[in-house]
Amino acid sequence: MGALTNASLTRWLHGLPGVDRVGADARAAGLGTRSIKTTAKAWAIDTAISMIDLTTLEGADTERKVHSLCAKAKAPDPGDPTTPQVAAVCIYADMVPAAVDALKGSNIHVAAVTSAFPSGRATMAVKLTDTRDALRAGAHEIDMVIDRGAFLSGRYLQVFDEIAAIKEVCAKEATRGDPAHLKVIFETGELVTYDNVRRASWLAMLAGANFIKTSTGKVSPAATLPVTLIMLEAVRDWRVLTGTQIGVKPAGGIRTTKDAMKYLVMVNEVAGEDWIDPAWFRFGASSLLNDLLLQRQKLATGHYSGADYVTID
Amino acid sequence: MAKFEYAPAPESRAVVTIRPSYGLFIGGEFVESVDGSMFKTISPSSEEVLAEVTEAGEADVEAAVRAARTAFDGSWGRLPGAERGKYLFRIARILQERAREFAVLESLDNGKPIRESRDVDIPLAAAHFFYHAGWADKLEHAGLSGGSGRPPKPLGVVGQVIPWNFPLLMLSWKIAPALAAGNTVVLKPAETTPLTALLFAEVCQQADLPGGVVNILTGAGQTGRHLVEHPGVDKIAFTGSTLVGKAIAGSIAGTRKRATLELGGKAANIVFDDAAIDEAVEGIVNGIFFNQGHVCCAGSRLLVQENVADDVIMRLKRRLQTLRVGDPLDKNTDVGAINSAAQLARIRDLAQIGEAEGATRWSAPCVLPERGFWFAPTVFTDVSQSHRIAQDEIFGPVLSVLTFRTPQEAVAKANNTPYGLSAGIWTEKGSRILWMADQLRAGVVWANTFNRFDPTSPFGGYKESGYGREGGRHGLEAYVTTEATR
Repeated sequence: MGALTNASLTRWLHGLPGVDRVGADARAAGLGTRSIKTTAKAWAIDTAISMIDLTTLEGADTERKVHSLCAKAKAPDPGDPTTPQVAAVCIYADMVPAAVDALKGSNIHVAAVTSAFPSGRATMAVKLTDTRDALRAGAHEIDMVIDRGAFLSGRYLQVFDEIAAIKEVCAKEATRGDPAHLKVIFETGELVTYDNVRRASWLAMLAGANFIKTSTGKVSPAATLPVTLIMLEAVRDWRVLTGTQIGVKPAGGIRTTKDAMKYLVMVNEVAGEDWIDPAWFRFGASSLLNDLLLQRQKLATGHYSGADYVTID
Repeated sequence: MAKFEYAPAPESRAVVTIRPSYGLFIGGEFVESVDGSMFKTISPSSEEVLAEVTEAGEADVEAAVRAARTAFDGSWGRLPGAERGKYLFRIARILQERAREFAVLESLDNGKPIRESRDVDIPLAAAHFFYHAGWADKLEHAGLSGGSGRPPKPLGVVGQVIPWNFPLLMLSWKIAPALAAGNTVVLKPAETTPLTALLFAEVCQQADLPGGVVNILTGAGQTGRHLVEHPGVDKIAFTGSTLVGKAIAGSIAGTRKRATLELGGKAANIVFDDAAIDEAVEGIVNGIFFNQGHVCCAGSRLLVQENVADDVIMRLKRRLQTLRVGDPLDKNTDVGAINSAAQLARIRDLAQIGEAEGATRWSAPCVLPERGFWFAPTVFTDVSQSHRIAQDEIFGPVLSVLTFRTPQEAVAKANNTPYGLSAGIWTEKGSRILWMADQLRAGVVWANTFNRFDPTSPFGGYKESGYGREGGRHGLEAYVTTEATR
């Protein structure tokens, strides 16, 4: 096999089966009509909580804000110690030290967004430094963005090389033995077509992504059910082809328990139950957690409480 | 045990009241039969008796046709189109308001999943009434006069016989255009699914529809025969098997009666190698496992291009393992019960014939309930054109998979059937869709979708799938005449 060229990569990605938008939307809507009640709902709520990457990605973030978020991650519902912890907190690279400090002794991971998040518009040197800083500060997971401009203009090899380079940094900077997990963010709201989402998924998997992620949360639309469907199909097909499992993370716009249930049903019926695990599926979310907690309290007590019965951030 | 078990999510039966027994709906009232008898209607998912209904006899048919004639000659026949339209709009709205009631009753009596009765049958039934309500005062502008220049007139009394697969929806396909055009009707629902038609009779009362405009006679084949052969009926509209359709065509030959027949099918669902494969798999599933395959236009023959056949079949089987078969009232059920013991026996027979002919049988692993009539979603591969499972309408959740090498071969195989009701094409190439649609002898050709219905779109068959169209402007033609005198 010769060296990978942009032409060969293009031919390969463009040879993937197309996605029929109407059909994909209909499939996603159909899965959305599943009715998850009683015991199934209780199980799914706890599972969803354990899959959350609890996120703050604001210009106004401070160390205290991050500490407060980490406290919430460790004890989402202080009144009920049976509540599971979230999977990770997701923050900007410069906030990693604060998060590592606050989460010391817990199993909660620190995920840092890097590579000139959210736009991805910077030189490669900047993106690598950004990532290296986060890793040296102790991040367990890197959420990088792809260069959408390069993707949309057909420079797939450039996107591939950037992912591979960041992956290499993750491996080199492995401080605790395991290399940091690499999540690759497509910003599907900017890729727009489902064909692009499918191609981006395969491109990222080829380049070494551990997770593929829909969105930064800074562009609308962020995560949608049909886009997540396309990505779940991609990781399912990738495992059939290679035997390797890749994770999926929808992020942004998932705010209610009802939404989370729809995503879990989709994971279950499209990728399969192997993906129902925080190691293979995450929700990038902030306000979702409180809605899950409210529903959890409702199931436990039989009545709804209110916004002041769950803690902010 | 699965990691993520969906807890039971049954729709409540409490929304619908089923009476212990039902009379016949003649002249706007429920009446006792003159010469009929009673029979039981059961729920095919549990074999529970739901109610006793009347098997209308010859005298009952006589009374119903007379009531319909009186209404036609009386106020209904003289009513302006705009007024007829108001009644149809009213019925449509009541169907929407009572949608849950109808959905639960349909699933109980027919065995279909509540997801389908709730999301497909009942909304579409209401949509047919809304659509035809709009035509009632515009018939003169519908291009129905041909070259005659005369305005279209109703035919008179229409006898309608409908099947058990979409009971209320088929009722609406029949009654809405007939009434919009100014006819009166005598309708016979299928003997295994009479209950939503009887509930519809209550809707007619609730809408203050004048007595005799809609008459509903429950019963079996003999009742239908009396209705079809009654000399006072001006037109027959039938949906059902080709065998019965032929008998009807024979019995009315030489009379002045008109007929539209919507009969069987053995549709080809054709998947090309450049199709959107994941969506095509969904279309295959929807084509044959929707409504347990009890669909005349079901995509019961999968024609898949040989170079992607293995991949498509692998994906299809994986997908079928996620289908949830069971309690029709559970909101998560995808495939419900087979409608009757007789239909189940026919499906089993044909499946056995398929095995005996040398096709390879595969059924989705699923636990079937002990009571009721059930058949696991089944796929036959290694099927040849000469196999009976590639030729006969099975009318159940059984898919026959055949392969082709070129578009020409796909067309030849798709058309090589006595039927011609529908077909599906899956390709990302627009020009191929247009070429295929031109070549296929089928009343409906779906491109990159399947089993989509809309009241604006005409539906009907070629060859042994029947004649006449239902829905759209074409469907109205079957209910009007421009003859100078009748």
